[in-house]
Amino acid sequence: MKILVLISNVPDTTTKIRFKSDNTAFDDAGVQWIINPWDELALTRAVELKETGGVSLITVANVGNATTEPTLRKALAVGADDAIRIDVEARDAFEVATQLALVAKDYNLIMAGIEASDYNGSAVGGMLAELLDIASVSSVSGINIENGQLFFNREIDGGSQVLSVTTPVVAIVQKGIAKEPRIPAMRGIMMARKKELKVTAPVSAEDRTSFVRFELPPKKAACKMVAEDNAKELVRLLHEEAKVL
Amino acid sequence: MSILVYTENWDGKFKKFSFELVSYAAAVAKQRGTTVTALSIGKVADSELEKLSNYGTNKVLSIMDDRFNSLDNKAMSKAIVAAAKAEGVKIIILAHNNLGKALAPRVSVRIQAGLETGVVALPVSYDPFIVKKKVFTGKAFAEVKLNAEFKVITLAQNSFEPVEMKNSKTIETFDPQVVDNDITTVVKETNKVKGKVLLTDAEIVVSGGRGMKSSDNWGGLEEMADLLGAGMACSRPVSDEGWRSHTEHVGQTGKIIAPNLYMAFGISGAIQHLGGVSSSKIIVAVNKDPEAPIFEVADYGIVGDVFTVIPQMIEAIREMKS
Repeated sequence: MKILVLISNVPDTTTKIRFKSDNTAFDDAGVQWIINPWDELALTRAVELKETGGVSLITVANVGNATTEPTLRKALAVGADDAIRIDVEARDAFEVATQLALVAKDYNLIMAGIEASDYNGSAVGGMLAELLDIASVSSVSGINIENGQLFFNREIDGGSQVLSVTTPVVAIVQKGIAKEPRIPAMRGIMMARKKELKVTAPVSAEDRTSFVRFELPPKKAACKMVAEDNAKELVRLLHEEAKVL
Repeated sequence: MSILVYTENWDGKFKKFSFELVSYAAAVAKQRGTTVTALSIGKVADSELEKLSNYGTNKVLSIMDDRFNSLDNKAMSKAIVAAAKAEGVKIIILAHNNLGKALAPRVSVRIQAGLETGVVALPVSYDPFIVKKKVFTGKAFAEVKLNAEFKVITLAQNSFEPVEMKNSKTIETFDPQVVDNDITTVVKETNKVKGKVLLTDAEIVVSGGRGMKSSDNWGGLEEMADLLGAGMACSRPVSDEGWRSHTEHVGQTGKIIAPNLYMAFGISGAIQHLGGVSSSKIIVAVNKDPEAPIFEVADYGIVGDVFTVIPQMIEAIREMKS
């Protein structure tokens, strides 16, 4: 089985968010870039599956310019076998999915994070599945391979399900898919330098959405403090003033 | 340019979120001078379907086909687009929840629409079509223009109040022309936790962090949650340590919630945690560190020991309830 893991290159989740050009663009000055946290969990699970057998290849793919290569190298260090970068700064999720459709058709299992932590689109995985006209399952919190057949755990409201699915399939994964993201070891980092990172040219694609402007949320009023030995007063305030109890 | 809203059901019932969606669609329809069609997929009784009309639908389309029970994303998306085409709609609205997030991207590709997910308010404008959403996990807002003729949006929970508006009770069955080949997923097993308040439905959420010290000290918070009919949540370190199930983890990589009241005990409020709870109407923080960042977003706070405060609060809540 061949696995493709889609990798989004996002600002570190502790980044202080600022905008530039009259609030029309994200200010990336001084920003540290990381593998999108859910994509990192997806990759971790892919590597675990390869270690237990039944997976012949893990490729990671990203749509972006050369500045995203350190993120792809990190994915190689974590355990992917090779990487593909489609060389375009995509304008929206549809354009990203259109580019990925070209490389994704050679894989049995395509893994995408439930969303990217920057624009929170939750879109690329599902779009890609529809473009390829294949199955997709979202809210996947577990993937297992038994005798070459894929089984997913899917979170539903108030519980979970075990599913069998036809391949090829896009698994849109979330918390639980792997316990903790794998940190690349020194050996992995050394090996990653020798692994192939293929750069491919983009196809022309339309963008169907565009950002108009950004704004920061309004500042909150100061927190009203209550003494430690007066929790009763807190309950009264929540009941009578905030009217939420 | 009618509007289609997909209303998911849970074991044949709708929830407050369903009515939020219909009300939102009705408000958009009013601004556009058009009508609202709701689409329901799965076994739902007519009396339940009629509830949707209390919030402004002109028509309800119902697909009663057991083949959709596996929530097959491919088949359901096909069905939604078939309904959209039959109704001649240009705007499709879904919920920004597990199922809505799974379907909306597929629907948008299938009908060649612009997609925006997690919309938090009525459109800013219609020509051009601009909607507002949260980005960077609640750390900022963005206004996004949808350039295509068709638009698909998902609406964030608790961002639009349901408004009763009696309308036509027309219910029609709809055949989406789905074939067996469209069904790609088979459910082998379903496990449901019974008797617990769903985090995403809860009006009140009681949450604990590293300050709870171990897996043994949650009786007080559980008691408080029971008293209030609240959902239980925790921060990431708690679920990573295995003190609580990962399904209770709220925050950037866990669940994103927006209850009326979020009470955080022993949670310092790392920026990733705040991303998951910042949409709550009222936030209460109890933490022994006065510098904890949770106090910057909290409305009410106590600097102190959680194990002193929790029993006092339980007692006060009991008094209030009696």
